[in-house]
Amino acid sequence: MTATEITPTDGKGLVKFGQPLLRREDDPILRGRARFTDDIPVPGALYMEVVRSSHAHARIVSIDTSGAKAMPGVVAVYTGGELAEDWKGETPVLIQPDPAPLLAPKWTPVATDKANYVGEPIAVVLAETRAQAADALEAIIVDYDVLPAVATPEDAYTDRVVIHEDLGTNKAYTWELAITPESVEAAFAEAAYTVKQRHIQQRCLPAPMETRAVCAVPDPTGTGNFTLYSSTQMVHLLRTLLALRLGMPEQKLRVVAPNVGGGFGSKLQTYPEESLCLALARRLERPVRWVEDRSECGVAMIHGRGQVQDIELAATADGKITAVRVHLIGDLGAHCKLFTPGIPVLGGPFYHGTYDIPAIAVTVTSVYTNLPPTDAYRGAGRPEATYAIERAVDGLAAVMNMDPAELRRRNLIGPFENGHQTVCMVPLDSGQYELALNRALELVGYEAFRKEQAERRAAGSTKHLGVGMASYVEVCGYAPSRMMAAGGGKFALWGTSVVRFLPTGKVLVTTGSHPHGQGHETSWAQIVSDRLGVPFEDVEVLLNDTAIAPYGVLTGGSRSLSVEGAALAVTCDKVIAKAKTLAAHLLEAAEDDIVFDSGSFAVKGTPARSLPITDLAYTLSFDAHLLPEGMEPNLSAETTWDPPNFTFPFGAHIAVVEVDEETGGVELKQFVAVDDCGNQLNPVLVEGQVAGGLVQGIGQALFEHAAYDADGNPLSPTLADYLVPSAAEVPSFTLDSTVTPSPSNPLGTKGVGEAGAIGSTPAVINAIVDALLPLGVTNVTMPASPMTVWRAIQAAKAANGKETGR
Amino acid sequence: MRLEVTVNDTPYANEIEPRTLLVHYLREVLGLTGTKIGCDTSSCGACTVLVDGESVKSCTAFAAQFNGAVITTIEGLAGTGDLTRVQQAFHEHHALQCGFCTAGMVMAATSLLDEIPNPTEADVREGLEGNLCRCTGYQNIVKAVLAAAER
Repeated sequence: MTATEITPTDGKGLVKFGQPLLRREDDPILRGRARFTDDIPVPGALYMEVVRSSHAHARIVSIDTSGAKAMPGVVAVYTGGELAEDWKGETPVLIQPDPAPLLAPKWTPVATDKANYVGEPIAVVLAETRAQAADALEAIIVDYDVLPAVATPEDAYTDRVVIHEDLGTNKAYTWELAITPESVEAAFAEAAYTVKQRHIQQRCLPAPMETRAVCAVPDPTGTGNFTLYSSTQMVHLLRTLLALRLGMPEQKLRVVAPNVGGGFGSKLQTYPEESLCLALARRLERPVRWVEDRSECGVAMIHGRGQVQDIELAATADGKITAVRVHLIGDLGAHCKLFTPGIPVLGGPFYHGTYDIPAIAVTVTSVYTNLPPTDAYRGAGRPEATYAIERAVDGLAAVMNMDPAELRRRNLIGPFENGHQTVCMVPLDSGQYELALNRALELVGYEAFRKEQAERRAAGSTKHLGVGMASYVEVCGYAPSRMMAAGGGKFALWGTSVVRFLPTGKVLVTTGSHPHGQGHETSWAQIVSDRLGVPFEDVEVLLNDTAIAPYGVLTGGSRSLSVEGAALAVTCDKVIAKAKTLAAHLLEAAEDDIVFDSGSFAVKGTPARSLPITDLAYTLSFDAHLLPEGMEPNLSAETTWDPPNFTFPFGAHIAVVEVDEETGGVELKQFVAVDDCGNQLNPVLVEGQVAGGLVQGIGQALFEHAAYDADGNPLSPTLADYLVPSAAEVPSFTLDSTVTPSPSNPLGTKGVGEAGAIGSTPAVINAIVDALLPLGVTNVTMPASPMTVWRAIQAAKAANGKETGR
Repeated sequence: MRLEVTVNDTPYANEIEPRTLLVHYLREVLGLTGTKIGCDTSSCGACTVLVDGESVKSCTAFAAQFNGAVITTIEGLAGTGDLTRVQQAFHEHHALQCGFCTAGMVMAATSLLDEIPNPTEADVREGLEGNLCRCTGYQNIVKAVLAAAER
């Protein structure tokens, strides 16, 4: 898509749903004027620094703060015990796998007697300047009694060391999805082929480019009100959670998310530093601010992924997959954050992937470890599930010596427009899985590639070509509240929107969901311009502030357009309905005879007599005496919309790699993604979301690992150790889409925020394994660094071509 | 110590601690918060500014090193006037999402095009290797820089 194809308006200033549109958000950012949390000047603010545990598991014997307290500019130093009275309540766990009972340890923003991971806050220091606070941090002396640490989920599973003594075990819960356990057993007993694999979903750092930042400001007039600025994905939910934790009246707290520098799920959360800044501002009656260093971010922010997956497939002689069985250990980290225990389970009902597999059994046991908590990271459970099934299908294809595309075609769920109930009782909305796969195969030139691969293999080259594909379906549109509750949700995720016409015919719009880079302002103005027929430029979108926006639960799970955008469309329709009643009254016609087109009402057949909706906005405001009896004098509406169903985006990703047998180096040569996110409001933003997601998924496959040593010490908390891919590590992608509208919402959209990160990871690893199949390599662990790949090659060679991967 | 620099065409003279990083000087002393801090290992490039026309990662340099220098930050590229060709191309190619890397990315791209006026895609990808973006997948950043080069 090129810039010249993008026309912002049609001459009247109207834009349409589906029109490629550039963002109105860009200008202040491009000029360096946009304000992120740490950019906001707050006179008189104290700077907070956090003392963090340097041990993964240790009793805190003593903390000597006397030296720090005597340093210049230091205003206060508090240990966990000294802050205990500030915490009036707890932070709830918002997804609890149902019906498995959840064992969850209590935690406070600052640990008191024991630290359970490197990076856990154990004290705070406040000083007049950032530098003074940082200096004082160095002067705090902590005496630890170091305990044996649990650094892997497998170790945690054994209960060799029990981290939370009061729980008596490291196992938080065991959740089972066994719709037809007998048929799973029978399928494996009767199978012509089976495949069994173990996959490690390594911990990943979400690594938004903006780390977290918080600033709590007491109202200087002494009302007892506070404003909290935070780089968050959820201003309203954060306000509720802080009110609970601090015992602060919710109405006295305003939460603002200024420009937010990316989140990817990591800011779908409440963290100790938010509670701390607010509690300390309350204590000291001064603004308190904090910004996270990048190295701090690596241990203080949630991690993503962190699972050990054992997956087995059973298949008939002609390649029909008859059962899938999964045993999964989820690594929750030291304690549960908002959604922690729900993430491993979220992928549970999707281990059949896009395939019609009649029997499924999934067992998830999640455990506590002495590592930072895991939680939602782009995809949250679906990338892991997709990875396992897509790797297993390739494994089955290898065992059967069948083309992996052909094996997929034999098993894909056929096309459906309006509902398909899966074996796990999930009501998929609409899908055309084979269409997306075939399109991707066509774009990559699959047949020609296989020919080239065969030629290169015949020539005995040590530069091996491989192609890997992944077909995926995921779940978005969070969430229909009844389904959410049935799945263990302890909160609801409806969407909210408000549309207000001003007397001059201009429009103010707000929704509960707010952006951290997606382009909500452009998107909401586009929906309103399209629906109400008012100029794009006349629609002002106000977001990110609890004082402005209606209660919105959060921005995550690719839900904004399909839930909050849908709520906005519903509100626009309410506004039209009200204005139509007035138009009929003023035009002295029956309401059924009034038509609405491009922003104007007219009587059917007499278009000359028309009333623009913008004029009616004035009438409804100031000419209220003209209104029909009983009509409220305003042209405004609002909606809280609880969707009837989830949405289920899908697609197919294909990677082409060249693997150097001598070095283990992998070059990603080509990548094709065909994604179906239903109707597309703005294709420019869709492509942007997909491309960004792809690099995160590719990053997990090839580069990224939040690694820890056996004692639970972080090995890669900084961006020097943790390899976020740069432009030089990835190619340009071939992006395309199919469009299968969703029946779940009035816009027909499905969501596209996470899709890129879901199909890409297995596609890349499938490609590497495909390249190395002739050498006997059947699996490669992530990230597939040159060393890892080289070792896999050596192991396969040593086994003389026998299967060595698990 | 005393520091005299010209930033975005305005001369400044300030007393600073010798350990003050250039990025902290720009953000906290001059209030030029368009330049961002994305890491502490010189890896991400969010803090990139131009010093005497060359791109510099301002988080890994002391302000004291630049006495007498002419510095341009993102605020100084276009001011309130027309966007530069790089800024305009970033907009037209949707090369920014959250925008936190954008200042550094635009400064690095501006410097890159000064050095290589007609870059290939590989030149752009290698030239921006020191600037990380987590949102765009670089696809549109690369397109934008190539388009800017053609203007």
